[in-house]
Amino acid sequence: MGGVRFTWPGRNPFTLAIDGFSLGQGERLLLIGPSGSGKSTFLSLLAGIAKPDAGKIEVLGTDIARLDGAARDRFRAEHYGIIFQMFNLLPYASVIDNVLLPLSFSPSRKKRADARGGGRAEASRLLANLGIESSLIESGAAAILSVGQQQRVAAARALIGSPEIVIADEPTSSLDRNRQQAFLDLLFAEVDAAGAALVMVSHDESLAGRFSRVADLAEIAQASRGGRS
Amino acid sequence: MIIVRLALQSLANRWLTACLTILSIALSVMLLLGVEKVRTGARQSFANTISGTDLIVGARSGNLNLLLYSVFRIGNATNNITWKTYQDIKQHPDIAWIVPISLGDSHRGFRVMGTVPEYFTHYHYRRGQPLAFSAGAPFSDLFDAVIGADVAAQLGYRLGDRIVVAHGAGAVSFLEHDDKPFRVSGILAKTGTPVDRTVHVSLEAIEAIHVDWQSGARDPTKAVSADDVRRMDLTPKAITAAFVGLKSRLAAFRVQREINNYRQEPLSAILPGATLQELWGLVGTAETALSAVSGMVVITALLGMVTMILTTLNERRREMAILRSVGARPSTILSLLVVEAGVLTLLGVLVGTLLLYGALIGLQPYIDRTYGLHIAVDAPSVDQLKILGGIVAAGFFAGLLPALRAYRLSLADGMTVRT
Repeated sequence: MGGVRFTWPGRNPFTLAIDGFSLGQGERLLLIGPSGSGKSTFLSLLAGIAKPDAGKIEVLGTDIARLDGAARDRFRAEHYGIIFQMFNLLPYASVIDNVLLPLSFSPSRKKRADARGGGRAEASRLLANLGIESSLIESGAAAILSVGQQQRVAAARALIGSPEIVIADEPTSSLDRNRQQAFLDLLFAEVDAAGAALVMVSHDESLAGRFSRVADLAEIAQASRGGRS
Repeated sequence: MIIVRLALQSLANRWLTACLTILSIALSVMLLLGVEKVRTGARQSFANTISGTDLIVGARSGNLNLLLYSVFRIGNATNNITWKTYQDIKQHPDIAWIVPISLGDSHRGFRVMGTVPEYFTHYHYRRGQPLAFSAGAPFSDLFDAVIGADVAAQLGYRLGDRIVVAHGAGAVSFLEHDDKPFRVSGILAKTGTPVDRTVHVSLEAIEAIHVDWQSGARDPTKAVSADDVRRMDLTPKAITAAFVGLKSRLAAFRVQREINNYRQEPLSAILPGATLQELWGLVGTAETALSAVSGMVVITALLGMVTMILTTLNERRREMAILRSVGARPSTILSLLVVEAGVLTLLGVLVGTLLLYGALIGLQPYIDRTYGLHIAVDAPSVDQLKILGGIVAAGFFAGLLPALRAYRLSLADGMTVRT
């Protein structure tokens, strides 16, 4: 990323400026910052959901800041896995359908999953590795899962078809400490297996030891609120 | 495809609101189609009631009034025609046949009509179909009666049963011609016209049961027994109206004018078809109003659906954000909601059509019996199919409103969902 400027429009505009940022392949980055520091905005820019007003965001050799909306959506489907803080799943769909969802938007991830024995088998494998019981995989509706189970299913969805970049927005904040550790163990194992880069945002610095790099968002990006800038 | 499956699962997840929405659309569609069915059914029924009669002659009155009381047994005659006038008209060179009728009495709510045996050969209905007897024959004796199919079915009469005619046309009468009972000599086959609900007797019999009556009540001092009356001269003094068949239809307007200008007595002659058109012109406004109201109900149901989808949008922003994060384009979300609205409308239209046909099949005998209205259970007409197609298209179109809102929300929300 270079020279990126982005402003949320509205009565109380919020501007984020990123002069330079880079992420290596297979890197595991923990981004730390207090709430309101622009973490979610940073992730939106990184994932191509928000389009910067100026600057360059080059991902895997493509400047996604220059792509139009539909192309960014396609790019995201192909190369990103995303885990939210909570409520990751479509409650009415089955566990397996939730995991398979990205494959219907991404031909290349579908191809990779097919190469490993098909989408359903790959989804079952990921879910099993992430500690979801097979009875839940087969029959469960996502709505009956516990929060911890939901986050692990979300991780399986982010990882299916081996995307190059996994983005996680405080995925552990709704879990207790024991479950946080267990979740991270499983997530790291699968991210490594897929050879993906991981960007995780958290305000919990105690997790820092497990990442290959820790950065404070304030060092990367300057946030400013409408009135003062 | 998984997206379609998810859309259906999402709907199934909200099955109660979805079902209620479908139901409200279904009921509105049922109303719309039902009004149309009853309208065409009523027109068909009326148009089918009389056929082959070129003119109807009665005492001077409004055209509609004459048509309604002489053919449909609705309302009462304002006046009678004298027998002499009737004989005069009968002599007219252009007239092929003339059948007199005499109304005014009733039997347990069914009208009694005095006429001549030729009535059963000359009176036609539904594109020239003649009356047929399901049992018995036209009257041969003075106190013979021929009853319509509904009279026989509802009162359980068979050939040879004795019936008593009441004075006046009301459903309940305390003045009965019980001294001169009739015998059922014939039962007519079902026609789907007011003939089914009529008791036919001879003109002479009408005269006979009234010989000892004066100003609407029996005069006991002049009582004449049923046997004695047979020896009296029973030539009618007056009739209510007459059905006329012409030798050439081309003469209809000329004969009509001549009868209307008859010097000895004020008369009215009407062409049944033309007068029916007058009737449609009169009720047309009411029909249009009914159609407009049922159209409004359909629009209301569609608005209800849009409201339903809009109110669920907020709780579904999460769903939209998840779909966006896995790569769904805003256009996918747009089409998801448009398809949802379209599917709801389509189901509503299908259910409504099925409900209507179910109701028609179930209620048709009842409507036929109670209102004498025969509503055909046939496939929807091309026009109706067009209307139904239009409603479905309107449903898809209505879905654009919440879809565009969801589109804008999903663009503004980005990855963070503010709930």
